[in-house]
Parts: sequence; structure tokens; C-alpha cells
Amino acid sequence: MNKTVNQKAWFLVLPVLVLVAFSAVIPLMTVVNYSVQDTFGNNVFFWNGIRWFEDMLASERMWNALGRQVVFSSIILAIEVPLGVFVALNMPKKGFWASFCLVLMSLPLLIPWNVVGTIWQIFGRVDIGLLGHTLDAIGIDYNYTQGFFAAWTTVIVMDVWHWTSLVALLAYAGLQSIPDAYYQAAKIDQASRWAVFRHIELPKMMGVLMIAILLRFMDSFMIYTEPFVVTGGGPGNATTFLSIDLVKMALGQFDLGPAAAFSLMYFLVILAVSWVFYTVMVNLDKREGR
Amino acid sequence: MAKITLDNLAHSYLPNPQTEDDFALKELNHDWQDGEAYALLGSSGCGKSTLLNIISGLLRPSHGRVLFDGKDVTDQATAERNIGQVFQFPVVYDTMTVRQNLAFPLRNRRMPTEEIARLVQKVGAMIGMEAELDRKARGLTADAKQKISLGRGMVREDVNALLFDEPLTVIDPHMKWELRTQLKKLHQDFGHTMIYVTHDQTEALTFADKVVVMYDGRVVQIGTPQELFERPAHTFVGYFIGSPGMNVFDAKVDGMQARIGEAAIALPAHHTTGRGRVQIGVRPEFVRLHAGGEGIPASIHRIEDVGRHKIVRLEAAGGEFNALLNEGAAVPAGADRITFDPAGINVYENDWRVAPSGRRDAA
Repeated sequence: MNKTVNQKAWFLVLPVLVLVAFSAVIPLMTVVNYSVQDTFGNNVFFWNGIRWFEDMLASERMWNALGRQVVFSSIILAIEVPLGVFVALNMPKKGFWASFCLVLMSLPLLIPWNVVGTIWQIFGRVDIGLLGHTLDAIGIDYNYTQGFFAAWTTVIVMDVWHWTSLVALLAYAGLQSIPDAYYQAAKIDQASRWAVFRHIELPKMMGVLMIAILLRFMDSFMIYTEPFVVTGGGPGNATTFLSIDLVKMALGQFDLGPAAAFSLMYFLVILAVSWVFYTVMVNLDKREGR
Repeated sequence: MAKITLDNLAHSYLPNPQTEDDFALKELNHDWQDGEAYALLGSSGCGKSTLLNIISGLLRPSHGRVLFDGKDVTDQATAERNIGQVFQFPVVYDTMTVRQNLAFPLRNRRMPTEEIARLVQKVGAMIGMEAELDRKARGLTADAKQKISLGRGMVREDVNALLFDEPLTVIDPHMKWELRTQLKKLHQDFGHTMIYVTHDQTEALTFADKVVVMYDGRVVQIGTPQELFERPAHTFVGYFIGSPGMNVFDAKVDGMQARIGEAAIALPAHHTTGRGRVQIGVRPEFVRLHAGGEGIPASIHRIEDVGRHKIVRLEAAGGEFNALLNEGAAVPAGADRITFDPAGINVYENDWRVAPSGRRDAA
């Protein structure tokens, strides 16, 4: 077949370019714009170079928020991934109860973020919340508005409650794709339960688990609404994660320049980590396909 | 190694089986003798795999018992039964190398390392994969993976029985022959009780001492290849074994004589039949063609030359039948009659063979 050259075909790409421009590039450029300028008010801006970036990199406040963020994401990944896999392994494989469990598992995923926050905010209150009151009654000093440990525990348990289902559902889908013959062969080979998990189930789940980890990493790294509703970032700055700190800076203090520089670096970190995940996943697939 | 006894065994996948049709496997009593190689032959869906899975314990029979050397193992788990089984489609452990795959059943039994190394090396040679032992199993072709599955089935020397569920389906023809030979050798060396499920009659007949033919959830005949060929116990065995299968004619049988339409056929022995549907079965090898004279009127459709012999497709007695002529034998000019070699005639009532009643006349 002869291919004809027609440069006008480029115009066919135009709608996508326009859409992407309006949905992503132009808003992002506004942020870039703020990050390299300063103002003394009256909507007069002047060039500021990379000063805001330097400030932010030197800012202890940002490093602290980043540190808290990394610790938070690591903890919830370390809990949700194994727990989700464990739940998936123990879910019924077929029949009424399989559907029942699937619906039950999806419920937390359907609740809006701020509602989840509100639920836990009330649930954990010492005066009227079931959890808070019960803990208080059995003599445990639990107050998420004052205690560092209580605040972190509440935020982590809330995230685990909200999102473990996602990991479980993905892992369940991975498990369902394993043909019966694998389990039968393992029985014939006298494999232990652990060996079945290690050599059959885990390798077959690897692909979906990578997606689950990527999604949970990105989501948790950008978490805002739930901890904001429950703790408001406190006590002190104990649960002030990156997003919360960013909003404080941009809207609370109206420090647009530093906040813009901060946003860009935040964005780059997520982009970089996602890229690493993506590369690892694609390479895993390649090895599989070879 | 063990003798496997099936005692009143039956299986239904339904919770409350009512009629016989509800059973995937109909009641069966059979001993699989220690050290014999059996082929389990039958068309798809006749209960072969069900029977195999019951023996290996992957499936618990709904009725009856399974005994190994007289010991009831019906409720024992697969692992406790110590059985090797190879499935139709390859199962390999992706994350392991070929060597680790082969060693897996041995490692699970906590064998000493040197012993494992020796057995793996031996099996690696048997399946022709010595050179690839240290490759990851993930990237291999389907037939290499199936060879690994076979190897994993054969690597344990102390198994009670080796079960093969159509293991060579995905293997290419040349390797099929090679692996079948290896299996036979393994059987000669170790004398495992082997049961080999297949729907390929050549495979069954070359591999096994005894062939078990199943049809519609029932064992219809157990015998040597010779017996299956000469005395099929059920018309299905006649159809299924032999290429082309046995010709079956509706007939009336009276003592030493059978009538197909107008033609009278002499039987080799005296048969007494009841009120059921009576048929006589004649393998194409025993059908003779004549021009004129006596016999059943027939017309030749076409003649297929398949090398060693010719298949003559005929129309006779209101149906289509086959005759087989050896290479070199010519079709008689103007052939319009068929007769049967008496030695090759079997009488069936309701599809089951009627044994001669013994009143053998001088003829």
C-alpha cells in the first residue's frame, strides 16, 4: 500500500491539543507564572527568578511536611497492601457470598472523602463518638485533637478503613484469574499453603498489586480532605501533610509565590515516583511476555 | 506403588442425584492392578477426568470408596495420597527456574538436597531439557512448559500411582512419540501403576497393557488392545476403536443365523437374543466384496486410498458402511454384494455384546 504524505493531517490532532491545553497546561502555567514572580499588591508583579524555589528548598516547614507525608504513605501502604491481599485470599470464590462480600467491600469506596472525615471525626469524639467514648471508658487516654499519637492513629485507621477495599478488590480480581489447574497441581506436588501463596498466587497477583500500590501511593501522597476534616492538621502540625500545608500557605497566608513553587515541586515528586512505578511495571510485563 | 480399588464408586456433581443421568460417573467396581499401565479411553465428557480426579483426591466421590492396597483413602487429602498427576494444559511455577520447578515436589517432601539434585538431573534428561535447567520457566513455549509439568509428575520415584490427563495434547507430534516412549520406559523401570487418559486411540493402544473404554459415565470395556479390536463389548467400543470404526447392522438373530433385510448371514456360533434392539457388528477389516452371488446388496460410494490400505465406502441395508482392503487387493469389478468373515462378527443387543451361547455346531 502506498502511503500519501498530507501534512494537513496534523490538524486532526488539534482538538486533543486544545483540550489538554485547557485542562492541564494553561492552569499549570498560571502556577509556573506565580512561582517565578513576586508582588507588593495592586496586581503588579515583578520577576523573581528562582528565589521561591530556593526558599522552599531551604524551608524547614516544607521538609517537615514532606517527611510526615512520606511516613504516612509508607505506613498506610505497609498496612493496606498486606491486609488487602489477606482479605482477598479469604473472600469466597463464588456464589451468593462472593457477591455479598464484593458489595460490602465496595461500600467504603463509594463514600465521599469529606463524609469519611466527618464519620471518623464524630466516631472518635470522646463525648458523643462510639469509638472515642468506649476507649475513654476503658481507661485509654484517647483524644485526637490533643494527642499526637491519637491523631496519627485516627488518620491512619481512617485511611485503612476507607481504602483497603480497593487493594482487596484488585487482588481478588488477580486471584480469580488463576486457573483451577494451578491449585490442583500444587496439591499433587504437596505444596504447603505458604508455597501456594508464594509461588502461585503472589506471582499471578503481581500486576494488579503494582497498580494497587501505585494508586494508593498517589492518592495517599495527595491526601487532603479526610485529615483536614478530622484533625485540621493538628495537634500543632502533627498531621499537617503536604496538601494541607500547601493550602495553608496559599489560601491561609496568601503566599502565592512560595505556594506555587511548592506545588510544582510536589507535582514533580509525584510524577517522578509514578514514572518509576510505571517503568517497573512495564518491565515486569516484558519479562512475563518473553 | 499400590493397587487401587474402586468400590461401588459413583459421582454426581448434583447435590441430590435422582436418575442415572444425574451421575457424571456411574457405579463402578474395579481394581487397578499394582504396576500395570492402563489407558483410559473415551470421548470428551464421558467422565474420564472425573474418575482421575477422584483417584488423586482432587474430587471427593459422592458415592462409594477408593482404596489403596486395601486401605480406605476416600477422605484423605491429595497430598497424603502421594500421587503424581499431569494435566492437559501446562502448569509451571512462573517465578522458578526449570530446575526449581522439577525439584518442587521433592522439596515439599523435605528430601535431602543431593537426592533432589540427582532426581532432577535424571528427569531433566528424560524430558530432554537438560540444557535449559537453569532458565526461568516463565518465558518457555507451551510444549516446553508441558514437558516441565510431565517432569514434575515423574520426578518422585515413590508415588502410589501416576495419572496422566491427556498430557500430550499440546506437544508437537515428533516429541509426542519421544515422550510416550519415555513414559513407557519409566513404567518398565519403576513399575508404577499408571493411568493414562486420552481420546487418541493410537496413544492408548501403544502405551497401555490394558485399555479401559468409558462411555457416558460408564466403563464399557476393559481389555487388551487385541480384545478391544476383536470382541468389542459395546457398540461404542466398536465405533471408537479402529479407523474407520465397526459397521453395525440392524439384524434379526436366530441361533446360528442372522438376517439383515433379505440376506441371511451365518454366525460363527449360536446366539440367543432377547427382545431388545439386536444388531450385528463387523469391523471393516472383515467385510468382503463380491460381484453377484450371495450376501447383502451394496453399492460403492467411493474408494479412499490411504496408503497401507483402501477404505471402500458403501451403501447397504439402508445405511453407510465401510470395508477395508489391503494394499494391492483390487476391488472386484462390478462388486455389488458384501459378505462377512464369520470370525469378525459380533452380536449386540441394546448396544451390549451378546456372548455366544456355546452351542457350537460342527461348522
